[in-house]
Amino acid sequence: MSKGLFRISPGFEDVMPAEYKELVTNGPYGRDLGVKDLGTFKELIEEHPLCAGCAEALALRLILASLPSPEDTVIVGSTGCSSLLFTQVAVQNIHSLFGNQNAVATGLKRALRLRFPDKVKDVVVIAGDGATVDIGLDMVMQSWFRRELITTIMLDNEVYANTGGQESGMSPQGAVLYMAPLGKKFPKVNLPEIAREAGCAYVATISPALPRRLGKVVRRAILVAREIGPSYVQVFCPCPTNFKWPSAQVLQKIRDRQKEGIFKVREYVSPEAEAYLAGLEVERQHDEQE
Amino acid sequence: MAVSEYQVRPGPEGYLPPAAASMGVELPERGAALVEGRVVPEDDAFQAIAEKLLAARNPVFFPGPAVLWAWKDGVAEKARAVLRLMEVVGARAIPMPDYRPKYPMINPAVEINPNHPNLTIWHNRIDVGVFVGVHCHYANVALKIIRGGTDCYTIALCGEVGHEDAMITLRDVDVKKLERLTEAARALAAAGPPRTGVMPRVGTAV
Ligand SMILES: Cc1ncc(C[n+]2csc(CCOP(=O)(O)OP(=O)(O)O)c2C)c(N)n1
Ligand code: SF4
Ligand SMILES: [Mg+2]
Repeated sequence: MSKGLFRISPGFEDVMPAEYKELVTNGPYGRDLGVKDLGTFKELIEEHPLCAGCAEALALRLILASLPSPEDTVIVGSTGCSSLLFTQVAVQNIHSLFGNQNAVATGLKRALRLRFPDKVKDVVVIAGDGATVDIGLDMVMQSWFRRELITTIMLDNEVYANTGGQESGMSPQGAVLYMAPLGKKFPKVNLPEIAREAGCAYVATISPALPRRLGKVVRRAILVAREIGPSYVQVFCPCPTNFKWPSAQVLQKIRDRQKEGIFKVREYVSPEAEAYLAGLEVERQHDEQE
Repeated sequence: MAVSEYQVRPGPEGYLPPAAASMGVELPERGAALVEGRVVPEDDAFQAIAEKLLAARNPVFFPGPAVLWAWKDGVAEKARAVLRLMEVVGARAIPMPDYRPKYPMINPAVEINPNHPNLTIWHNRIDVGVFVGVHCHYANVALKIIRGGTDCYTIALCGEVGHEDAMITLRDVDVKKLERLTEAARALAAAGPPRTGVMPRVGTAV
């Protein structure tokens, strides 16, 4: 999709549902918008069925608002709570078989490069912790080893939420979940460290409790994956339904975990990525606005 | 060519109607069309479509993304030709702007979704529905669902090779063909009632 394709045929404007008209007249396509502009434009996400207070839903909303070129982005998703939300999203997206997301994204990115050699097409994987660190880890790491130019974003809600609460590699040690009654016996997998060792040029951990920072991180990760190498962003967004928290307390819980030092905001930028980002005029402009 | 006995008639045919292709219905060659599973000359199909639309109580066009969005040269002209046809037969449009299986539910008063098209057809009591500009893979799914769960008479104005799961299908539909169809409808409308509202009088189809 490119912005030029997004015009309603004359005569059909009247019957187009309102949200489409609004996307055309006030959507983010072809405009340099970000988290700071939320509330001033028609967002890429519509009404969705995720639970009240879902931190993953908030994270997705912020991620979508931070895409540098939504009209030239394809998101590759995987099964999980987020896949119910992607059907409401006005960005090209592919639902892949659970765990296969980075393999699908690899093929897609390569095909897009052949098909549109003169255009930048961003391929962004957005998948749950179960899909990323457990069942899909092989595909995820192989794509990093191969230095595929894709961005991988993990929605770390610390549980297999969509299937009713099994423990994942990202559940905290000791976590007792609906389907893990004995408590988890080992700590969270340190995937950011693994990502760095496996060849990612940009790695960051972030949470939706820091919306502007999240926007910046997502943007940088996608820009780095255009030219330099794979990038990985881990978004801490624990699931209130499975951890039995009142929905209004989720952000506070995230902040508490950060204060306690259990969750840390981190960023690793390779020297090449650092130089590349520094040279990007557009990145500078954004930094100035932050 | 083997001739199938299977007729593609309005449903409800049950939860999972067979794909017409699996029942031996074959797509028409260039210059031909399908009416209820039988190959007919294109002009006969024009006549059948005009009769169905003019006799309908609530004829509705379902324009899909390929005609709703002016995504390449020529689409705006095709859209205009569709609008002229709608005007002549007195039909309105309920769009299918994209194919996302929207949750929790679409608003059936304002759009149709290929993953649950029956909602829109039931809600609006549509007796004749016309697919135009809907990409083949989703037209196939939606037409089968409609035949499974409703008694809506479906017509596919297909830009490619046609849809055997519609009750009537044209193939290679472009602006010229839409204009010929519009002319056929205009002539029939001018001839005035009585309108049959039953099976079309088409030569080789019945
Ligand atoms: C190949 C395959 N294996 C298993 C499943 C079952 N499954 C669906 S969602 C899910 C858990 C998803 O957990 P996560 O990736 O953490 O996403 P969340 O729902 O927590 O956002 C599983 C195991 C599946 N759909 N496909
Ligand atoms: S189960 Fe958890 S992750 Fe899934 S939608 Fe509900 S709150 Fe969000
Ligand atoms: Mg999870």
